[in-house]
Amino acid sequence: MTEENILMPKLGESVTEGTISRWLVSVGDTVKKYDPIAEVTTDKVNSEVPTSYAGQITALIADEGDTLEVGAVICTIEVEGSEQADGDAPKPVVAEKQQVPNNTQSANQSMKKRYSPAVLRLAQENDIDLEHVEGTGKGGRITRKDMQKLIAEGAQSPQVKAAVPEPTGPQAQSAAPSEPAFAMPSSQGDVEVPITGVRRAIATNMLKSVQEAPHAWTMVEVDVTDLVSFRNKIKGDFKAKEGFNLTFLPFFIKATVEALREFPRMNSMWAGDKIIEKKDINISIAVATDEALYVPVIKHADELSIKGIGRSVNHLAQKVRSNQLSTDDMQGGTFTVNNTGSFGSVLSQPIINHPQAAILSVESIVKRPVIMEGGMIAARDIVNLCLSLDHRILDGLIAGRFLARVKEKLEHMSAKTTSIY
Amino acid sequence: MPVRSYIEAVTLALHEEMQRDDKIFILGEDVGVRGGVFRATTGLYEKFGEARVIDTPLTESAIAGVGIGAAMYGMRPVAEMQFADFILPAVNQIVSEAAKIRYRSNNDWTVPITIRAPYGGGVHGALYHSQSIEAIFASQPGLKIVMPSTPYDVKGLLKAAIRSDDPVLFFEHKRAYRLIKGEVPDEDYTVPIGKAEVKREGEDVTVMTYGLAVHFALQAAEKLAEEGISAHILDLRTVYPLDKEAIIEAAAKTGKVLLVTEDNKEGGIIGEVAAIIAEHCFFDLDAPIQRLAGPDIPAMPYAPPLEKFFMINPEKVEHAMRELAEF
Repeated sequence: MTEENILMPKLGESVTEGTISRWLVSVGDTVKKYDPIAEVTTDKVNSEVPTSYAGQITALIADEGDTLEVGAVICTIEVEGSEQADGDAPKPVVAEKQQVPNNTQSANQSMKKRYSPAVLRLAQENDIDLEHVEGTGKGGRITRKDMQKLIAEGAQSPQVKAAVPEPTGPQAQSAAPSEPAFAMPSSQGDVEVPITGVRRAIATNMLKSVQEAPHAWTMVEVDVTDLVSFRNKIKGDFKAKEGFNLTFLPFFIKATVEALREFPRMNSMWAGDKIIEKKDINISIAVATDEALYVPVIKHADELSIKGIGRSVNHLAQKVRSNQLSTDDMQGGTFTVNNTGSFGSVLSQPIINHPQAAILSVESIVKRPVIMEGGMIAARDIVNLCLSLDHRILDGLIAGRFLARVKEKLEHMSAKTTSIY
Repeated sequence: MPVRSYIEAVTLALHEEMQRDDKIFILGEDVGVRGGVFRATTGLYEKFGEARVIDTPLTESAIAGVGIGAAMYGMRPVAEMQFADFILPAVNQIVSEAAKIRYRSNNDWTVPITIRAPYGGGVHGALYHSQSIEAIFASQPGLKIVMPSTPYDVKGLLKAAIRSDDPVLFFEHKRAYRLIKGEVPDEDYTVPIGKAEVKREGEDVTVMTYGLAVHFALQAAEKLAEEGISAHILDLRTVYPLDKEAIIEAAAKTGKVLLVTEDNKEGGIIGEVAAIIAEHCFFDLDAPIQRLAGPDIPAMPYAPPLEKFFMINPEKVEHAMRELAEF
């Protein structure tokens, strides 16, 4: 009887770790060779891990939910008879063992951005952008020798120093917007507009969001006929009494906020090794000027009435137009509602406001012929709600349920059911 | 050129120097009739007589004290401590008197004494016959501490120590005595005190060490060369005061530095070497300075597995060098 280790298998190229999502065996279970013993989730696939031995499980080393490096021991198994271990059974495991160092060497980039004083000095003296240097040290670290080699090569062919390889992979993202210039030819009559700080910030954020968050998109059609007539009925009085216009946006934000409370995962952020569901519901709203786009934040939107939301929207929009937004006004957003309908758009695919989990755009409310229950065709007020979501955090299921909830709430907003105060 | 052992180089240097200058005399326990417990002074009693090769009582403070007094009167004593471990009763004489006389007397008096002592482990000598004690004296301006690694350096440095007008502690690794052999010329020559020497040129990692560990590093470098790792090895030779220039140059050469000693890790010579590198080579460093040393336990154990655990050996050095090269 010998005890053998079962290792975390390598479930694909560049996969360095896996999470035990579920154990399919318990200590003491007897398993046959190739029986599945655990479900493992990696960032690429979900799969079952088979045992390479027949025998009795003696210990589960990893708990469900544990993330382990490829090659790490996940459980031990007592093998009956030693000839089993000498037979073909261990072969895959041995092969895996051999792969491990190679794999961690090439895939582990944990030291890529740890620069030694020598490397930093050489980079500065020779004007080398370290983002684009391949490191041969441990964990992808750029060594002094890497730099010396690069400099020696550069001395032979003068353009090496300036030659910046194309940005590849996520590492390149932050470098891209600050790249000094693209060689874009401009012909006579073209107007060259210098990039302002705001424009550059928008460019950086948009690029970061698109490159980092895998966007998925979905849309629902909402019948807001009752809401339209409700709002149209009270808007005159409201203006006279409160001193500002009651638009549709506060109603949409209200419905969104209520649904967010029911689906906290929609109100969360990606934090690398975890997802953070935010306690506060702070709604970022997009406010455009001729030159730029701002996303000020309505703090604690879930504590406000429709009127309160309306006042905040109005107040923030005025601040944007009079250039009085403070940094504080822009911070802390947990979810974004984008009023694309104000430009007449009926369909849009918004970019997520990084690092939030999703963004909702409210399109134009338009009259459409709709087949009602019983087959009658009626002219109804229809609006499209478009949702972009970070697919790392959310799957279609939660997003779909969330949207359905928003839709349900909006379709039931009317004078009878809804108070704006 | 004749090949001689480390200890033969000691005897040769003493012999040649005593022939050259009759002010030179030897004193210590069993150095005369017996020729030293390690036979370092063998034949000298017969050659130079009992007046110049003096057997002393078992009193290290007296060996040092008598030697210092004689040195101040113009003699050139070479005192032997039978084991470096037993130098402690003489520390007051060495530190309070020998190290300070020149300074205290405004250059009127000097102490041209050489104190030889075998140190180091790996010989199953247990607690009191295995220690490295250089660090005790390495914060005493006025002293020089020489710890050669090769027979060539032994002869040249021992002659330089004897000819020095100031006190020199000359520590000989007892395991190197008959283990290490090398070419030693018959001619008279000296090796300058205070100068380190590059024992091997390399590009990937720098190893700085002294004494027997130099050979461990050279053996490790030989093996690593087959893997394409090239090591630069600096033999400190004089551990106090240190050859700063050579240390800085060797550290800057590769930017990856491994410091090796068989002394305890904390508070040893290599801690000072690390400080020099940190002060001067910051922008050349490509990796954290690494130290390979004995553990911080009171002394070399007797039990063979524990002695092996304590001692530096070529495998440990090789492992540390490879780690650093791959960093």
